[in-house]
Formats: sequence, C-alpha cells, structure tokens
Amino acid sequence: MASLLEIRDLHVHFKTRDGVVRAVEGARFSVEHGRTLGIVGESGSGKSVTALTVMGLTRFPNATITGSIDFDGTDLVTLPDNQMRSVRGQRIAMIFQDPLSSLHPLYKVGWQIVEAIQTHEDVSKDVARTRAIEALHEVGIPSPEKRIDSYPHELSGGMRQRVMIAMALVLKPDVLIADEPTTALDVTVQAQILDLIRKLKDDYQTAIVMITHDLGVIAEIADEVAVMYAGRMMERASRETLFTKPELPYTWGLMRSIPRLDAPRPGRLDSIAGLPPSLINLPSGCPFHPRCPYVMDVCLKTEPELKESEPDHLVACHLATDERQRIGRELQTRYRS
Amino acid sequence: MFRYIVRRVLWGIVMLVIVSMLTFVVFYLLPSADPAQLRAGKGATPARIAEIRSSLGLDKPFYEQYGIYMKKLVLHFDLGYSYHNEVSVKTEIFSRLPVTFSVAIGAFVIWILLGIPVGVISAIKRRSLLDRFTMGASLAAISAPVYWLGLIALFLFSSDIGLIPLFGGSGSYVSFSQDPGGWANSLILPWFVLAAAFAAFYARMVRGNLIEVMSEDYIRTARAKGLSERRVVFRHGLRAALTPVVTMAGLDLGALFGGAVLTETVFNIPGVGRFAYQSIIDSDLPSIQGTVLFGAFFIISANLIVDILYAFLDPRVRY
Repeated sequence: MASLLEIRDLHVHFKTRDGVVRAVEGARFSVEHGRTLGIVGESGSGKSVTALTVMGLTRFPNATITGSIDFDGTDLVTLPDNQMRSVRGQRIAMIFQDPLSSLHPLYKVGWQIVEAIQTHEDVSKDVARTRAIEALHEVGIPSPEKRIDSYPHELSGGMRQRVMIAMALVLKPDVLIADEPTTALDVTVQAQILDLIRKLKDDYQTAIVMITHDLGVIAEIADEVAVMYAGRMMERASRETLFTKPELPYTWGLMRSIPRLDAPRPGRLDSIAGLPPSLINLPSGCPFHPRCPYVMDVCLKTEPELKESEPDHLVACHLATDERQRIGRELQTRYRS
Repeated sequence: MFRYIVRRVLWGIVMLVIVSMLTFVVFYLLPSADPAQLRAGKGATPARIAEIRSSLGLDKPFYEQYGIYMKKLVLHFDLGYSYHNEVSVKTEIFSRLPVTFSVAIGAFVIWILLGIPVGVISAIKRRSLLDRFTMGASLAAISAPVYWLGLIALFLFSSDIGLIPLFGGSGSYVSFSQDPGGWANSLILPWFVLAAAFAAFYARMVRGNLIEVMSEDYIRTARAKGLSERRVVFRHGLRAALTPVVTMAGLDLGALFGGAVLTETVFNIPGVGRFAYQSIIDSDLPSIQGTVLFGAFFIISANLIVDILYAFLDPRVRY
C-alpha cells in the first residue's frame, strides 16, 4: 500500500553569497494516517527545511529542490504554486515553535481561524465563525465564544499554541507538521499540548510529523523516529527500537546528553563534542566523523549509506552491525542500572 | 482612556505655556532689531522712538510684557497686534490658515499616494532594477533642499519664467472659493516640491518596514494557511508595516499645519509659514509668538490624535 506522505531522496540546496547551503541531502521517510513520525536532530540538521519544503514554503528563487514528495498520489515537488496553495493549510497543515510570534498580533484569533476556513472553503462568515468556535472548544480553550474575540497577546503561551492547533486542524488536514511545537512552552504546558496532539491524531486519524530536538518529546508521542544530521537521515526505527537498541553514534550522543534522575548524577552533563557542521563546507565522508568517538579511516573517505541493519531499522554508519548493537546495548544497560 | 486623554490635554496646555515663555525669552536674549526703531522708520527722532516704544509697551520689563500678553491670551484669546502694522495677529493667522491647509493637505495626499505604493513595490521586488532606481531617486529627493528644489521647479515649469510653462508660478496663489482651477494650478508646483522629500522618506520607511515584517513568523503562518501571496502581503504584511507610518504621517501633517515656511516663501504663498518668515524679518514679536503658538498647538494636537489612533490600530497598546 502506498503511504499517505512519502519522501524519497529529497535534496534542498540554497545558493547564497557564501556558497551553496546543502540544507537537506537525501531525506527519506513516510507517514501514514493516524501515525506519528518524529524527526529529531540538532539545530541546523535540516528538519525544519524538510518540513517547510513539504509545505512548498522553500520555493525561493535561490533554492534547488530535487527528489520526490509523494502525497496521496501527487508529487509536491513539481506541483504548480497555485495547486500547492490548496494543499497547504487544507490538506497539510503546520504549527510552529513560538505561538506568540506565529500569530498575527493585530488580528483577533477568531479572524485568523475564519480566514483559514474561508481561504479553502466557500462558506459564509457566520458558518466559519461557528466552526472556529467549535475548533477552539475542541482544543480545550475554555469559553471559546469569548476567546474567539481575543488578540493573541491576551492569551497565555499554552492557549496560543492551542489556537495555532485549532487553526491548523479546523480544515481536518490529512497531515499535521508540528515544528518544535512545545519548545517555547512551560514544561507542564508542553505535556498538555502533546496530549492534545495525540488525542486529535486518534480522533481524526491525522498523520503527524513531529519535529523536535527533544528526545523526551519523541519518547512521548512518536511511533516512528528519524534521526537527522547535517541534512541527512542517519537512523530510522520505531520508537521502541530506537530507545532500546539505538545503533548510531550520533543517537547515542543525543541519549547520553539527556540528564537522568534515576541514575547517579555525573560530574557534568554529557554532551556531543564539537559543533554541528557548516552546511556549506561539509566534512568529507560521514558528516558526523569529526565529532564521532568511534571514527575509523573509512569514515573520512566515504559517506555511509542508509542500510537496513535489521527489519525496519535503517542506519547510516560504517561501524560493523554487531559492534553497533553491542555498544547500543551497553549504553542501555549503563543507563538502566 | 478618558483619563489618559484629559491628562494629555492638560500636559499639552503646559507645553504651550512653556513654548510661549521660550519664544519670549529667546526674542529678548538673542540679538534682534529694535521693533520700535523699525516701526518709526528712517530718520525718526529719539523722542518719537521712545513714544512708540512706550505705546507698544516695550519699555516695561519683559516678564511684565509676558504677563500682559498671557493675560490677554487666556482671558480673551487675544494674540495682540502686530508691531509692524497694528493688524490683529489672530485675524492675520486665521485668514492665512486655509492657505496653509491647502498647501499641507495637497502635499500630504501626494506623498502618501506616491510614497506608500513605491515603498511596497520596492519591498516586494527587492533588489530589482526598479527597487534600486526608486531607492536611488528617493535618496536624491530626501537630500534636495526644498528652497533649491522649489527654484528648479519654478525655472522649469512655472508659467512666467519656466522653460516649459505649465503651472502657476511664484505669487500666483488664488483662494479656492475664488477660482478652484486657478487655486489648483497655482499649488501644483508647491505641492510636489513639498511632497518630494516626504514621499521619498515614506517610500524608504514603508519598504524597510515591509521587508522586516515579511520575515516575521506570522507571515510564514499566513503562507502556511495557503493564502495567496497578494493576501499575505496586503492583509498580513502591510497591515503591520503601515501602523508606524500612520503615526509618522499624523505628526508630519500636524507640523505642516503650523506653516510650510520654506515652500510658502519660495513660492510666495500667503500662508502662515510666509507670515512667520516675514514676522521674523520684521522683529514683530506678537506675530512670531502667534505663529509659534499655532505651530506648537498643531504639533501637540497631532501627537495626541496619533497616540489615540494608535490604540485602535494596535490592540497591544492600552492607555
């Protein structure tokens, strides 16, 4: 069966004055109705650009986009702008990191939701308004018939993100892309927003693409996980597999850098040494090799391919499979005990 | 809101009092011609000059003169009489206000209709040839002094001395009620000359604001909703980019209501601005004081109106 949204070999490059920014290099993943794909990676790993490209929002004059984004039988990479517009918002919706700056400060939230409805559906203002109130009710905003006439600055951070979700889901899209939706929020509110997204996914069978740098969010909500580094997909697995048998040195690094309350406190928090590479001057071979503690000669020369290490577990790494599995297990036992 | 307005009005009155004091002090502290001597004319006897001085009240200490002036102003809204020709300053200014309004409002309409579209197009077509050309031209327009631009305009287009005699020249002003066609014809050059620098400045400001706004997160949201680019720019981008422009426009128009001194002088238009210029030449304190107070009144009022307007334009602003 074909997937709802399937991305194959996606490359997104931007020509700039300093050189070509290779923001995405060969991303591939797919997502189904009612499932959640988590994309995890550091800043600059290409996760947001991938998401924006799916939305058709990276079609700048200096951008080169190759590969395919197959959405329900249509290739979004080659879809003309005017048709892309009717997909955007209606069939694939997106919410963003900072809900205050993402809502227009000078328009009432109701106006902004009504605008989204009326852009895609030929309904009267009253009908759209009633639906906007329903949507606000759905995302758990108390007394939505009053809140609809609030301005964004009159709402709390969590409420604003609920408004964003209501605006995204009011047209019942097939796919919801959430780009770090909880990063700007308080921890308690984060959990509420994740619960809300999960509930809406179950109710409407929406496919969710959750972009985050936070493995905690992934553990909370994702069915499948893709780990991105320097614009590449480096590891892909189900949530259970990724957390119990991670096979990529970069994923290990991400896991080690999570502080744990159930283990003795280390002198200082582990972090991955070095910085993410410049996307203009990528290192030779494996882009992670300058920061990798397990680096070998071959890593400097050739880039590892994304290969199946076991069923439904793809890894791009030159380390031998049994070696990777051994280290992954050790890491787990060390952190379990 | 109501209390805010009352407070602002009271402060405005205080400001006007301070402005009037400063004008008085400046007039007496800085070297200026002796009004009595100017009035008496050449070859007048010292006795005659002293007589005039006493009749104008200029022999009293200046704080006393100020007291008399303010008393008349507050009790009777009397701005005194010109030292120069004994005409009531109030009458003089009121008769000239329609002229100054004609100059200011006409220029205002031109610079808004010119500056905002040019700014928007430049922002959308950023770095295009058109953008570079309009921004270069605007820099020239901002840098050109009004009196120079005015003379150039007269030499090129005025009906009397122009190379291409198209519009009324210097001193051709007739009032609207007398002859609407002649009124417009006489004001076209001053309007454009006065509007040039403003239009250029507004174009650059609108362009800058819009470019900045278009990189905001909420513009990305608007695009993600599937809106057309036109709607994104006009309903979302421009709405935010124009809010500060409204403030600016109100203040600029208010300031011009006090008289466009240079434009009115160059084109010899009988408005408040030229009156102010003439009063300074004549060392005519009551007239200077009157025009300064009127100018200050318009600026203070424009400030207040713009601030109130802002609360309606930007819901985040509350008083």
